[in-house]
Amino acid sequence: MSDFSSTARSLNNGVRRDPRNEWIARNRLHPLHDSVMSARQGEVRGPSGLLRKNPHIIGFIGPNGIKRIDRANLSSTELNSKKRTSEAQETLLPLHIVENPDGYIMVVADMVGGRLTRHDKDILGLAHQLATEKAAVAVVLVCFGENKETQFDLAGVDRLIHLAGQEFNGFAPEARLAALEQIETQFYPDYWLFPDSVNGGADLASRLAARLGERPATQAWQVNGTQTICRGASSSVDISRATPRILMLLEECADAIDRTRHQVLPLALDVNVNTKQRLFDQGQIAVDSNAVPLAEAEFILSAGNGIHNWDQFHAAAAALGATEGASRVAVDDGFMPRSRQVGASGTWVTARVYVAVGISGAIQHMQGIGQCDKVVAINTDAGCDMVKRADLAVIADSEEILAELTRLAQQHASLASLEEKSDAA
Amino acid sequence: MQPNVNVISLVSVGRHPQSGRARRAEQDGRAVELGLKLAGKNLTVVHAGNPQEPVLRQYAGMGLSSLTVLEQAQGCDALPALVSFLTENSVNIVLTGVRSENGESSGMLPYLLADQLNWPLVPRVADIVSVSAESAEVLLALPRGQRRSVIVTLPFIASVDNAAQEARQTAFGPGLRADFHVLAMDTVVDEAAHQWKITAAKPRPKRLKVVKAKTAADRMKAATAKPVGSGGKIMKNETPEEKAKAIFDLLLEEKVVR
Repeated sequence: MSDFSSTARSLNNGVRRDPRNEWIARNRLHPLHDSVMSARQGEVRGPSGLLRKNPHIIGFIGPNGIKRIDRANLSSTELNSKKRTSEAQETLLPLHIVENPDGYIMVVADMVGGRLTRHDKDILGLAHQLATEKAAVAVVLVCFGENKETQFDLAGVDRLIHLAGQEFNGFAPEARLAALEQIETQFYPDYWLFPDSVNGGADLASRLAARLGERPATQAWQVNGTQTICRGASSSVDISRATPRILMLLEECADAIDRTRHQVLPLALDVNVNTKQRLFDQGQIAVDSNAVPLAEAEFILSAGNGIHNWDQFHAAAAALGATEGASRVAVDDGFMPRSRQVGASGTWVTARVYVAVGISGAIQHMQGIGQCDKVVAINTDAGCDMVKRADLAVIADSEEILAELTRLAQQHASLASLEEKSDAA
Repeated sequence: MQPNVNVISLVSVGRHPQSGRARRAEQDGRAVELGLKLAGKNLTVVHAGNPQEPVLRQYAGMGLSSLTVLEQAQGCDALPALVSFLTENSVNIVLTGVRSENGESSGMLPYLLADQLNWPLVPRVADIVSVSAESAEVLLALPRGQRRSVIVTLPFIASVDNAAQEARQTAFGPGLRADFHVLAMDTVVDEAAHQWKITAAKPRPKRLKVVKAKTAADRMKAATAKPVGSGGKIMKNETPEEKAKAIFDLLLEEKVVR
């Protein structure tokens, strides 16, 4: 009885099967197969009236005749260029707005090479953690000298004081201290945050603390509004203390800002630096670049399998004043000592500029140069990994490029010495 | 070098990084070495603290005939004693380490001294090249093995970096035979430091690499993909001169070629 009633209901509901269409859909060789399948794309009801999904429609036939399902949406990202996607992400980030701030947190950045270092970004992140504990506090970045940074907004800078004058360039702690004192009197910030680094952050912070008569927290690594934990006694003890106004912070003291955009409004500062100068900067002096340890060298010229003229390579490194590095192949073949090897089994380098000559970029080598800022590749193979990683890639034979670079470097050096002579005269 | 230049090296008690035992501090040893290079036998070495400390004999064993100790109890501030000592004696150059290996090790002492005496300070000195009557030429140790030349007016304070000449070996016997001039000083107890809670250093948590990928495929890609730069410039069909010029311009812009 029940069997009867259910069939009767299905008949009443009026879902009707088309046996011919079903037969065409099953037969892929039928001339009407495509049109029937595309007509079914929308909503397909099964014989009992249930909504049916056809799993065979998903995907496409790949070049080898194998069915592929594109779950990662790779084909659409390849169509758009990388720059466009990053722009889209930037516009997505919400803007953090501080209007009419009651207080300021000053972050004095190292800006090695004119850009924010990772250490600086961590400290900006910490500044925002401290800023959330009070209402309407703006994080102000104070930087000196040249500025090549383009992403202040993404690093968490609400306000910017950029002191670009000639007197702040190079080694100028007196002028910088005078400017910081000016900031202190004009804004009276809630906190002064400095990187505890050898790049000048610790030096400037100590000078300011001594001048203001405040006792700073040095090597601080855990900070909130009330308590600070610092390292002491050559990093063997932790000191918990009340948070002072001047803090020198270790690396990784907080996470960098990555979810918000910030305003980067310039703050006006009337600078008049008229200190009696007692330190006179004579400029950096040339050092033997190959005596610098590879791990901390600033500029590395690295050689790989693509080098055939080794005398020319050494001459080029000497002319440019670069520290020499090598890939594993060059070391295994005996052209360079093992201590010069860059990569996973050699040295992990931190150079600001890394020039890879004739290195195609094995993954072990790419790991070793992970921390380098600018990578330049000179290679004959345009498709190699090093060219993909590089900021500037030159597709050419290494020999003629190195010859030309050596000539340019010598020309530059002779010009500089001529200028010096004319200055002296 | 210049017999009429008075050089003082300030020394402290160090801490061995592995065993934690008291030792001659690394940078203070270098400060004494630099002082011996500048002043030879006329170098004055000063310590503020306990005169019975056996580590001071290690400094004396570097060839010093005598050593001055400003006597202080544990936990006292060395600054007032040193300031009064430096103002009473005519001094041209004061050498210290960058950071002490014990206590707070804030590295503030040379800065506070310089501020109170109103002298210039040169941080992280690798060498003092020459000293004249009014000024001295100093080499600063910059990161990445670079050096900067700075001229500073006398008198000044310099903190000595690890890049300076290594301290010479100490001799045990001469160290024991050296005279100690112990001066009694007014001591000021460091009150603020008594409020602090000092514990053994906790290992710092390692930063986790957080992948903010939405899908599993993105996470897989983040874990396995080779590092790819953000779309660099590729030069293919230019002449070798243009290519080399582009590289050289980049090196000049980054200021690695000077």
